Amino acid sequence: MSIYYIYQDQKRCIGCYACEIHCKTWNSVPLGPRFCRIIPVGPKMIGSVPRQQFIFIPCFHCEKPWCVSACPTNAMQKRTKDGIVFVEQSHCVGCKSCITACPWGVPQWNPETGKVIKCDYCKSRIDQGLKPACVTKCTGKSLRWVSAAEASLLKREKFAREIAKFGVMY
Amino acid sequence: MEDTKSVYSICSMCTVRCAIKVEVEDGVAKWIEGNPHVPGLEGSLCAKGSAGLAFQYDTERPQYPMIRDGERGSGKWRMATWDEALDYIADKLKEITDKHGSKSIALVDRGGPFTDLTKSFMKALNSPNYLDHDDTCGKNTNMACQTLFGYGRTDMIYDWPNTKHIVLYGRNVFESLMVKEVNSILDAMEKGAKLTYIDCRATVTASKADRFLMIKPGTDYALNLALINVILNERLYNVDFVNKWVTGLTELQSFVIPYTPEWAEKETGIPAQEIINLARDLSDAKPKVILHGGWMLARYFDSFYSSRSIYILNTLLGSIETKGGLIIAKGAKDASKKPLNSLGTNIPDVKDKIFDADMPGKSLGTGHVVNIYKVIKTEEPYPVRALFVYRYDLIASLPDPEAQKKALDNLDLLVSIDVNYSKTGWYSDVLLPESTYLERSNIIGTQTGPKPAFIMRRQAILPRYDSKPAWEIFTLLAQKMGAGQYFPYKSIEDIWNYQLDGTGIKIEDFNAKGFVSLAKEAILMGRNDLKFKTPSGKVEFVSQTLEKNKFLSFKPYESPKKTEKGIFRLTFGRCGYHTHATTQNNLYLNELMPENVLWINEDEAKDLGIKNGDIVEVSSNGYSGKIKAYVTPFIHPDAVFMVHGFGNEIPMKTRSYKKGLNDNAFQIGQLELVDPVGGGTAFLECFITVKKA
Ligand code: SF4
Ligand code: SF4
Repeated sequence: MSIYYIYQDQKRCIGCYACEIHCKTWNSVPLGPRFCRIIPVGPKMIGSVPRQQFIFIPCFHCEKPWCVSACPTNAMQKRTKDGIVFVEQSHCVGCKSCITACPWGVPQWNPETGKVIKCDYCKSRIDQGLKPACVTKCTGKSLRWVSAAEASLLKREKFAREIAKFGVMY
Repeated sequence: MEDTKSVYSICSMCTVRCAIKVEVEDGVAKWIEGNPHVPGLEGSLCAKGSAGLAFQYDTERPQYPMIRDGERGSGKWRMATWDEALDYIADKLKEITDKHGSKSIALVDRGGPFTDLTKSFMKALNSPNYLDHDDTCGKNTNMACQTLFGYGRTDMIYDWPNTKHIVLYGRNVFESLMVKEVNSILDAMEKGAKLTYIDCRATVTASKADRFLMIKPGTDYALNLALINVILNERLYNVDFVNKWVTGLTELQSFVIPYTPEWAEKETGIPAQEIINLARDLSDAKPKVILHGGWMLARYFDSFYSSRSIYILNTLLGSIETKGGLIIAKGAKDASKKPLNSLGTNIPDVKDKIFDADMPGKSLGTGHVVNIYKVIKTEEPYPVRALFVYRYDLIASLPDPEAQKKALDNLDLLVSIDVNYSKTGWYSDVLLPESTYLERSNIIGTQTGPKPAFIMRRQAILPRYDSKPAWEIFTLLAQKMGAGQYFPYKSIEDIWNYQLDGTGIKIEDFNAKGFVSLAKEAILMGRNDLKFKTPSGKVEFVSQTLEKNKFLSFKPYESPKKTEKGIFRLTFGRCGYHTHATTQNNLYLNELMPENVLWINEDEAKDLGIKNGDIVEVSSNGYSGKIKAYVTPFIHPDAVFMVHGFGNEIPMKTRSYKKGLNDNAFQIGQLELVDPVGGGTAFLECFITVKKA
C-alpha cells in the first residue's frame, strides 16, 4: 500500500458526488471513466431513522498491485518513493489486462485514447505539497488525506465512539 | 514559462454564490476551489462549482446576440452584432414608451447582492416595474418574517456553529446545499447538536438526522400549532424573552387551544407523543435552537402561516439575536462603516407606482412576479408591453409554461439576458449573452450578516464568445435610451471606485482575499436593547401590518386537499448536483444524473402494479409524460417526487434535450395560484395521475 490513504468520514459525507467532479476536472477525464466513485448504499431504516451511506472508492494503491503484475508493458507502475500506482501513458497498449486483474475495477478505459487511465492520487499535486483534488475540495470535508497509520487509528477511534454512543455499529 | 494567476471571485453555478479561487494558466481557467480564506469553505466546493469549468468551455451556450427571425419560440434566429441588437431594443422601447409611457417597461431579475445595477437601470428608464424571482422562492418566508420582526428572511442569519438543536421542515440542507452551511451544520452536529428533520420524503438530510418525522404533505402548519400548544401549556417557553419582546401572546394562547398534539396526529400522521417529545427537547436546548423558517417555501396555500408559525416557535424559545439561534443580519452601518454608494443615488425618483401597488385582492407587498402575467393580459392598471428578463428563467420557474407563453405573446418586446439558453430566452425577441461568471466582473455587493463584508466577483479570464458583462449591457442600453448621464461608466473600475468612494476601502483591498470584512467579531445587539422594525418595535404575534391589510394574524388550520387512489401530489426539489433548469446540460453534471425519476411509495406502487424501474405515465389536465419509477418506502403515500429542472425543449442543449420530465408542465391552470397572504406560488397544489405505461 502507498504511504498515503484517503480516509472517509461517513458522518460528514453528504453523497454530493463533488469528489468525482473535482477529480474529473483536475485530471481532464472524459465522459465515461471515473477515477474515484461514490457508491450509494441504502437508505434503510436503522431503528427509527433512515440511514444512507455513500462509499468513496478511489484506487487503493495496493502494496502488491494486481494491475502492475498483470501489465505486459510496464505501463502500470508503482512509484518507489511513495507507492503511488500510475499508468505511464506512452507505454500503455490498451490490452486491458489491468482492468481484468484489479479486484475492484479501478483502472478505467479512456474511449478517446484507447488506453487505460486511473487514479494516481493526483501525484503532480502531491509533489507540490498539495492534496488530491477530491480531498482538497470535498464539500463536507469528509475526505481526509492521511498516512496509512493515521487511517487505522481514525477508524478505531470512530469505532470506539460509535460503540459508546449506540452500543452497536451500523 | 506559463503565465499563471489566481483570482478570487464568486461562483455562479447556483444562486448560493460561494466565494471561489480560480487558477488561470495562459488565459485558461484550470481549477476552481472554494475560497481558502472563508471559514466553512477552506477549499470546499460542490459538484456544480467544479463543473463550472465544463460550463465555461461548453459550446452549448449563447455565443452572440441573437434576434428572433421567425415565430416566438420557433428557434429561428439571426446572429447580430451588439450594436444591432441594442439598437433594435432601443428602437422598440422608444416606440412602446411613446405610446404607453416609460412605466410600460418591466424588468424581472433573479435577485441577489448585485441588484443595485438593475434597479438603478430601471430608475434611469423611469419605470417603477422592477421585480425579482422571490414569489417562486422565499417570498412567503420573507413576508412571514417581516410581519413578526420587521426584518426579512435573509436578515435572519442562522448561527449554526453554536446551536444545540436544529429543526428543518423539508429544508434539505445536504442536497439543496450551501457549502458553508453544510459544514457549519456538520460541525455543530460533531459538537453534539441534534437534528430533527421533517419531510414527506427521506432525503439525504433525513439520513443524517437524529429524528426523522415523515409528515403528510401540506400539514406542517398543523404540526407547528400543536408544538406551540404544548410549549404554551407546559410553559416550556422562554418567559423572560417573551414577556419583554412579544405582543399578542394571549391571543396566540387562546388561538392554539384546539390544536392539541392528538389533533395534530390525525392531520400530520406524526404520533402525538413525538410532537410532545420534540417540544420538550427544544425547550431543553433553548435558546440555542434553530427552527429553519424555510427557504423555497412557495409550496402551499398556507405556506405563509406555516412559516410564520416556525418563527413564532423560535421566538417562544427565545432564539432570536442570540448565539446558536437566529441572528439579525448587520450591514455596513451597523459596523460603523459607510455603505456602498448606490448607482441610483443621483437618478430622480420614479413617480409612477409599480403595477400591482393597488391590485385588488393582492397579497402583502408589491412586485409580485405572478402579477406581471395578470398585467400583461389585462393591461390593468396600465399596459406593460416590454419585458426584460435577466438571469431568471420565468418559463422554467413558474407553473404552466403554455399559459405563460400565451400571456407573453401580448408583449411588444421580450428581451432575455442570460449565460444559458433558457426557456424564456428561447421564447424572446432578443437574446443577449451575458459573459459567464468567470469572464465578468460584477458591481461590488454587500454581504450582510453577523459579520458584514463587501464582496467582489472579479473577471478571471477573457470572454470566449461575443458576450458582455451585465454592467456594460445595462450601461449601453441606458445610453441608447437617452439616459446615459446616469450611467457614465467606461469600465467596471469606474463603477467600483464610485461605489467605494468615501468608504475608506480601495479596489486593491479586495486583492488579498476577494472580500473585505467590515467587522472583526460578530455584531450582536444587547439582549435588552433589541430593535425590531415592526410598528410596535416588538415581535408582533398579532401583526399590525397583517391586520391593516385585512389579513388574520392567526389563520385557523384547513386540511390539505385529499388525494385519491392513483392520484398524487406532485412534489419537487433538488439533488446535490443539479439546480434550477441550468445544470442539466452540463457535461459532467449530466453524466451524474442525465434524467430524473419519479419517487413513488412502494405500497401505492404495488396497488398500481408498478415495479421499481418501470416506465410510468404521469398526467394532469391533458398533459402527460413518461418517466422511470423509483419505488421506495421513503416517500409519503400521498406524494410523488421528481428532481426539478429536467424536460429541456431547446435543441441547442443536446445532452439534456427531451430528457426527463419538467414538473412545471404538469402545473396546468396553476399560474395564478398563490398563497393569498405571502404571495408565493402554490407549486405543490398540483395533482397527477400515475399509471404503468
Ligand atoms: S465530495 Fe465529499 S461529501 Fe461529497 S460525496 Fe464526495 S466524499 Fe462525500
Ligand atoms: S488499480 Fe486495483 S489492483 Fe491496482 S493498485 Fe489500484 S486497487 Fe490495487
